Amino acid sequence: MIIFQNVSKFYNNNSHQTTALEDASFTINSKEFVSLVGKSGAGKSTIVKLLIAEEKPTNGRVIFGSYDVNKIKQHELPQLRRRIGVIFQDFRLLPNKTSFENVAFALEAAGRLQSDIEEFVPQALEMVGLKDKMFNFPKELSGGEKQRVAIARAMINHPDMIIADEPTGNLDPINAWEIIKLLIKINELGTTVLLATHNKEIINYLERRVINLENGRITRDEEKGKYILV
Amino acid sequence: MLTTLFRIIKNGFLSFWRNGWLSMATLSIIILALLVFEGIIIFNILTKTALTALQDKIDISIYFKTNTPEDEILKTKKSLETLAEVKNIEYIPRDKALEIFKERHKNDSAISQSLEELQDNPLLASLNIKAHNPKEYVIISGHLDEASFKGWFEKVTYAQNAVVIERLGRIIDTAQKGGLILIIFIALIAVLVTFNTIRLAIYSNREEIGIMRLVGASNSFIRGPYVVEGIIYGTIAGIISIAIAGPVIYFASPYIKIFIPEINLWSYFASHLFTFLGYQLLFGIGLGIISSSIAISKYLRI
Repeated sequence: MIIFQNVSKFYNNNSHQTTALEDASFTINSKEFVSLVGKSGAGKSTIVKLLIAEEKPTNGRVIFGSYDVNKIKQHELPQLRRRIGVIFQDFRLLPNKTSFENVAFALEAAGRLQSDIEEFVPQALEMVGLKDKMFNFPKELSGGEKQRVAIARAMINHPDMIIADEPTGNLDPINAWEIIKLLIKINELGTTVLLATHNKEIINYLERRVINLENGRITRDEEKGKYILV
Repeated sequence: MLTTLFRIIKNGFLSFWRNGWLSMATLSIIILALLVFEGIIIFNILTKTALTALQDKIDISIYFKTNTPEDEILKTKKSLETLAEVKNIEYIPRDKALEIFKERHKNDSAISQSLEELQDNPLLASLNIKAHNPKEYVIISGHLDEASFKGWFEKVTYAQNAVVIERLGRIIDTAQKGGLILIIFIALIAVLVTFNTIRLAIYSNREEIGIMRLVGASNSFIRGPYVVEGIIYGTIAGIISIAIAGPVIYFASPYIKIFIPEINLWSYFASHLFTFLGYQLLFGIGLGIISSSIAISKYLRI
């Protein structure tokens, strides 16, 4: 379960304060599929960064399972991040590692056995349809393929939650739908999914819970929401 | 634990290999830095040898009157030996002085003949005094001036050579101090260049480091391979720099011998090859590890 309790995030630059998120409160239950919707700069990425402890909130509390993310210690960070799989718009693959090695890295970092790696990595790559590109480097893959490697990597540690921050932003419609279908499949297998996007068609197709953000504030939170922007 | 260590080492080697050009660029800079470091060591050896050779040539000799009993000479020697500044004293009796003289001039028939004509040994017994430090000859000379046995002295060479000895002493002193400053300065440049090169190499990897953290890798798991890379840089650079320096020293050695006859640089290098290699590896690997560790810590804070 994820709880945001009156969370605000302000950035101070040269005595000028920018509001990234203001007084946001919501709860996400396990196995939910939630979409975060809003224009660029509405605060979607801030919520993602707060969840993976890349940023600390200015006010309020962020709770992820048994972790109070605000108070998390340096050495606990890797454990928290292994329980959350993150997918980014720009894929963020390690350029000098093959698809196999990129996915395996998450397992290696978690200290898993070599035999596990040899068993699970091909399975994960097969699930995303990339078994035949296992030994290709990211530069040899298309955008859609890179994003599928990123999904396989996010999934490999069986996280409690997958966060996808604009995962289809750099993809053509066909590849975008493939990615969304994969996310739905992952959710159906029991993983919580938080999808940040501004793609209207996708939101309307999903018919799942939608949290709407505008200028850092939550303006709507609806079950089976639609994409509505003022 | 062992698996993690193995993975860290494997990732270090993989990264070194796959970063091809970047690794080569970093490596070549470290090789240059190590060559400079090696140059410093050799420069140090050469100046030390040259200065020691020069120092060895400086001495004070006391020549005793022909009628001085040997007892007095030995007493003088004993008295001088109590001085802390004296390194060693060689007693050359009159017979031995003659022997040395004859040996030195054996090819000069005129001198040999005139020596034979002289019935008596014209040479004086002497004490040859060497000090630890050229500056200390003044003290020894002062002691001689005040000695009770001064009456037996025919002459003391210090008085004649005082200016030269003093000047040599100053030159040796300045060369040592200047050499040290130069060494520190050049070593500092080599360290800074290597450090910054490794820092730049890691800077170009900062995004990857961020990704690794987001995927849940611990700091030590991220830092490890970079430290391993640092060790690889140090090892390869150490070996290559020795391989470059070897032939250079081999060809330069005869020319250096012209200036400093006391040293055969090539045979010194060959007999101390492993010491040289050890220094190079220590310097290269140490610098590699320290630079990587410092450079990466900046990117491990998120």
